[in-house]
Amino acid sequence: MTMDLTVGPNMFFWDAAKVRAFYRDLAASPVARVVLGELVCSKRLPFWQDEIPAAIEALQAAGKEVSLTTLALITLRRERRQTAELIDLALPVEINDVSALRHVPEGSGFWVGPLVNVYNEGTLRWLARRGARRICLPPELPLSSISVLCAAAREEGIAVEVFGHGRVPLAISARCYHARLHDRAKDSCQFVCGEDPDGRDVETLDGQGFLTVNGVQTLSHSTATMAAFAAELAEMGVSALRLSPHTGDFAAISAGYADLLAGSIPSGELSRRLIPVVPGRALSDGFARGASGAEWSGRADATAPT
Amino acid sequence: MMELVCPAGTPAALRAAIEAGAHSVYCGFADETNARNFPGLNFNREEMAEGVAFAHARGARVLVAINTFPRAGGEPLWHRALADAERAGADAVILADIGLLAYAAERHPGLRRHLSVQAAAANPDAINFYADAFGVKRVVLPRVLTVEEIAAINREVEVETEVFIFGGLCVMAEGRCSLSSWVTGKSPNMNGVCSPASHVSYAEDGQELVARLGGYTIHRTPKGAPAPYPTLCKGCFTSGEQTGHLFEDPVSLDATRLIPQLGRAGVRALKIEGRQRSRAYVAQVVRAFRAAFEAEAAGRPLPESALARLSEGQAATTGAYSKTWR
Repeated sequence: MTMDLTVGPNMFFWDAAKVRAFYRDLAASPVARVVLGELVCSKRLPFWQDEIPAAIEALQAAGKEVSLTTLALITLRRERRQTAELIDLALPVEINDVSALRHVPEGSGFWVGPLVNVYNEGTLRWLARRGARRICLPPELPLSSISVLCAAAREEGIAVEVFGHGRVPLAISARCYHARLHDRAKDSCQFVCGEDPDGRDVETLDGQGFLTVNGVQTLSHSTATMAAFAAELAEMGVSALRLSPHTGDFAAISAGYADLLAGSIPSGELSRRLIPVVPGRALSDGFARGASGAEWSGRADATAPT
Repeated sequence: MMELVCPAGTPAALRAAIEAGAHSVYCGFADETNARNFPGLNFNREEMAEGVAFAHARGARVLVAINTFPRAGGEPLWHRALADAERAGADAVILADIGLLAYAAERHPGLRRHLSVQAAAANPDAINFYADAFGVKRVVLPRVLTVEEIAAINREVEVETEVFIFGGLCVMAEGRCSLSSWVTGKSPNMNGVCSPASHVSYAEDGQELVARLGGYTIHRTPKGAPAPYPTLCKGCFTSGEQTGHLFEDPVSLDATRLIPQLGRAGVRALKIEGRQRSRAYVAQVVRAFRAAFEAEAAGRPLPESALARLSEGQAATTGAYSKTWR
């Protein structure tokens, strides 16, 4: 059983030039598919949406499957309309808010993103029968759940993805924390989230890296990686690891994961390469098997024989 | 009159709430099937049946919350909760998980289904989806909406809506938050707990008391000052130059003064949070709200209430309901 790589939507607010360069480079990288579009805040979209058609074209020309994401939290009428329009396009849509299902015609296929709550076989089967073709599971699921869900997905003939790399999306709110940090209301935010292309760091009062805010979204401070569990996930039948975009040399990061999946580097080697280049310079993988999400199995690996 | 939906963490709180004037109470079984899975709380099967009988004898309703997301491989526990709620005579079950809703609609078609706030149905498309797909009759709206948005939703949906009016306040979209499991491994979605006491520790550091959750510092308070419980999203953190309550101040929700507007917005039921609260607290809050409901229904001004001092951190907010939050 082999896994491949999916690149999820960029969760941060990047300007058009940065978006253009990112997807141009991604077209040349060894990933099988790409989900793009605005996930976090609909106010950002006008600043970069003109880049989307060219990005799709370049990615498809390079042989990648492409999907467009819905927003994670759809509340405004304008956002509902945008969601309906998204589903009318020729590409598969990735649902990250259940309300989007209202616009998906019965019998047409869709993908399910990690921000939809798929915790058990009943939900997975229901979504599969409604037309889900791929499901990226919520990041907080432990390996024991992933294993059970993979078995159900196999019976239903759909693909399962696992959140494999990136700051973990942990929460979404109606309130914009970037605006709050700048003493601004959400409606007059002046797009301050654009100043933090990997999110704005939040530390504890003891100076410990903790969380990251990204507009209405809260993410982990450390970068989660499923590198140490890739072989186990492949064995369970997970079909793809999802890599979440960040600044820096993302092509190199994608290539590192491709090398890991091809068996040409061990997970420890990938982790060593990742630490100096990921935001926060820290890794975590505790949701897989740890006592908490923030834990990092690599700390123990450094001394334990493998 | 709008329906007053009150918390019942224990059989004693259930009786207290109903005697104080609750139209409905909500409660759960003592396991991970409900989102207030705290030690010492909730109902066993016999208590549930007795609670329902007590409520029905007084014209009140019992809504059973089975509103966590069933664990993969563990669904029978949630399925049993559904069957037992129906057997106990529950007036409705409050569900969040798509798989469980589908199961309930198929296997317990006569058991009325409400959609939990944990499903975070925040727009008419979501609500109509749950209504059409699973026959949901009422939706508990997430605490991320303004009163105007709630009114707009009610114009576009057929089902009843219920909103939180008093008590604890999630600042994140409910059912879509993994902050607690990030630092403790226990989450509302999977375990029915948030920032659990089992992972809280306190330590003195000089003149300060440090409250930690899963080893992460959530608060530092001067020794002798009241120390709030270290709920993660209400903690004090630093970002760049700023230090403070970056997500939310330790305030609780009090939308009492919005009762008339929520009524005009077409809301069917108003809900009080607090299944972890004592029966005395529940009785006091329910009595005050029932008086407010009576006044509102009779067209009288809302009575000045003593509710503010019952709020968890003295201060209260109307949350997202008033636009200032945005």
